[in-house]
Amino acid sequence: MTAQPTDTSDSTPTPATKEHPEGERITGAQALIRSLEMEGVDTMFGYPGGCILPAYDPLLESSIRHVLVRHEQGAGHMAEGYAHVSGKPGVAMVTSGPAATNLVTPLMDAYMDSIPMVAITGQVPTAAIGSDAFQECDTVGITRSCTKHNELVMTSQSLPMAIRQAFHIATTGRPGPTLVDVPKDVLVGEMEWYWPTDEEVLASLPGYRPNMKGHPRMVKEAAKLILEAEQPVIYAGGGILKARAAEALAELVELTGIHVVTTLMARGAFPDDHELNLGMPGMHGNATAVTAMQKADLLIALGSRFDDRITGKVDAFAQNAKVIHVDIDPAEQGKVRRPDVPIVGDARLVIEEMIVQIRALLDSGVTQADTGAWKSKVSGWQEQFPMTYEPSEPGAALKPQFCIEQLRDHAPDKTIVASGVGQHQMFASQYWHFNDPYTWVNSGGLGTMGFSIPAAIGAKAAKPDSTVWAIDGDGCFQMTAQELVTASLEGLPIKVALLNNSYLGMVRQWQEMFYDERYSSVFLDSSALPDFVMMAESMGCAAIRVESPEEVGPAIEKANSINDRPVVVEFRTEAAEGVFPMVPAGASNDDVILHPTQQDRKEHLS
Amino acid sequence: MSRVRDYGSNTYPTTDLNHHILSVLVQNRPGVLARVSGLFARRGYNIYSLAVAPAEQEGMSRITIVVDLDSAPLEQVTKQLFKLIDVIKISELDPTHSVERELMIATVKAAGAARGEVQTLTQIFEGKIIAVSEDNLTLSLEGHPDKLDDFEELLDSYGIVELQRTGRVALPKLDRGARLRVAN
Repeated sequence: MTAQPTDTSDSTPTPATKEHPEGERITGAQALIRSLEMEGVDTMFGYPGGCILPAYDPLLESSIRHVLVRHEQGAGHMAEGYAHVSGKPGVAMVTSGPAATNLVTPLMDAYMDSIPMVAITGQVPTAAIGSDAFQECDTVGITRSCTKHNELVMTSQSLPMAIRQAFHIATTGRPGPTLVDVPKDVLVGEMEWYWPTDEEVLASLPGYRPNMKGHPRMVKEAAKLILEAEQPVIYAGGGILKARAAEALAELVELTGIHVVTTLMARGAFPDDHELNLGMPGMHGNATAVTAMQKADLLIALGSRFDDRITGKVDAFAQNAKVIHVDIDPAEQGKVRRPDVPIVGDARLVIEEMIVQIRALLDSGVTQADTGAWKSKVSGWQEQFPMTYEPSEPGAALKPQFCIEQLRDHAPDKTIVASGVGQHQMFASQYWHFNDPYTWVNSGGLGTMGFSIPAAIGAKAAKPDSTVWAIDGDGCFQMTAQELVTASLEGLPIKVALLNNSYLGMVRQWQEMFYDERYSSVFLDSSALPDFVMMAESMGCAAIRVESPEEVGPAIEKANSINDRPVVVEFRTEAAEGVFPMVPAGASNDDVILHPTQQDRKEHLS
Repeated sequence: MSRVRDYGSNTYPTTDLNHHILSVLVQNRPGVLARVSGLFARRGYNIYSLAVAPAEQEGMSRITIVVDLDSAPLEQVTKQLFKLIDVIKISELDPTHSVERELMIATVKAAGAARGEVQTLTQIFEGKIIAVSEDNLTLSLEGHPDKLDDFEELLDSYGIVELQRTGRVALPKLDRGARLRVAN
């Protein structure tokens, strides 16, 4: 990710400051909170309980804002939302046992999507560890495979170092979640305050040295291939955003005139309104993005990982393409697709160096291959296969795509969109126009239903002046809606667009298409129960129910004008609507199923 | 004891081409073995054998892992391993360019005439008798894993009561040429 080890390291006064003299005797709890302050934490999300209790006392005097959630999973997703939009690590603090296990989902979510996050969990006193004490669980064992690193801190004295390591690991290299498990007696016990220097932190982690700069020879080779390609496509992934590389990417595109696809994790990394942006590829990507990748002679993968949702059947994926793969995680190189030019490094630094090398080649008289024929082919696909849906019949339920378009068209600039998981997530990604980085927050890798409301609250905490819309479904909403109480009471007025089609829409679509319309356990009946308007109002939100197309715009305008509390707008949407295009799971991208109104012209996609 | 039964068919191919030795230097911290073994389990890689002990540097341990490469390409295994914060260094040891040793102790039925035969066999292999009872002998043998395989196969006909091997440890073979050049 960032070239600097962390955002926080710049501002970190390394030696103990005047107010915090080295050697001062304080409790572990005070050292923990002080360490978080030293790391530059301004907001954290948490829920107290038995073992973490001592840490909540010094929090009363701390500069850190603590957002009291209603469920620990909410704290984790809020920390993720905060990190998504701010680039700073999100912090969640909860107690031991069930609280720690409730954090497992957000940790895994952050791990899959490379979100910098630091979790602090309470633990039973060291003497009780292993005795099946009340609210004991093996937190470090349970979270080992869903964190980048975790640590059980056994002495009060080692707390500052453990916190520094956790922040360093979470925010450098390929970002990810870290967890620090702190037994109660470690919080209660005294220690002599110190603040480890950057050098001491590095020396304590001899096995951790992320490679930032790409190999110069490989970057040169990449520059050469880029200029030679006649059908190149830039395959931009979430790593662009993690590396703060959006500007560098824009410069590369301007220099080379190469089309870009932005994956679900990279929406906003390159402006959708730019003529060279083909939009989202993958299972529900648009036909042009999917096909351009499929037919490319060169894929320039920047911070993307050849996820199965992108490649479809791997053997049939972009068979004629050479691959340049830029990723900071060496294990991604060759994991799915063997690259012709592997470059391990930070996306921003590598792209910047790539630009230098391309310029050097151009200056030395090398000319870029003619991409004209390819470009007219691509624009032909774009004309033939725009994103499309059929408007709703009079009196029928709303089309979800229409609701998203209206939300988009009424949204102030730089509105942040957080989404849950399912059809509404795909519609949001397909129909929103993302023109700014860090305006799209979603659960891509893990696909965590219930993500949007807490993630939106976390995003709002990081960017209180931005409008934050959570786009949610009726299934997702019922998983984490209680955090709207948090939003109301903590003054984090997010807006929720609840697309209520009474079904688990995506699962319903699969049952329709692949299980002969045998609908099994997908009907949530959410037009009957719950009453979302009453539910939202009971949690301190303004609530509006919308059933007809002409009500949609006014309802959104009203929602946008309310800023003193959260707003929930429930849109009653069409249950039978499917997400298209679609590449069925395991199928080749060549076999993309287009919208029913386009499927008959599919032969033009070649 | 099921492994013993496998002996007849000699299915203990320590020098199998699909096995590769990784010598992994790690920070000797609580849970480091769990991190390594957990990674293998989660990613679906098979460990054939594993030996852990403190290394020459203070605070470090060396884990010698024999990886079954039928389960995953070695490159992915090492790259994923290297992502563990506690892993300092990974050396891939090609069996033809490394020295390997293993220790085995085995209790064998050795009553009557068999007793002398087992003793002779142990002498030939330069093993040791480390415990004696009326009916059984417990033997120890250190050496190249192939040698241990041979010994184990021969003992099998007498009846192995219990057997324990340590899993192999290995280091790179010294380059004699390089050493001579240095001497010049």
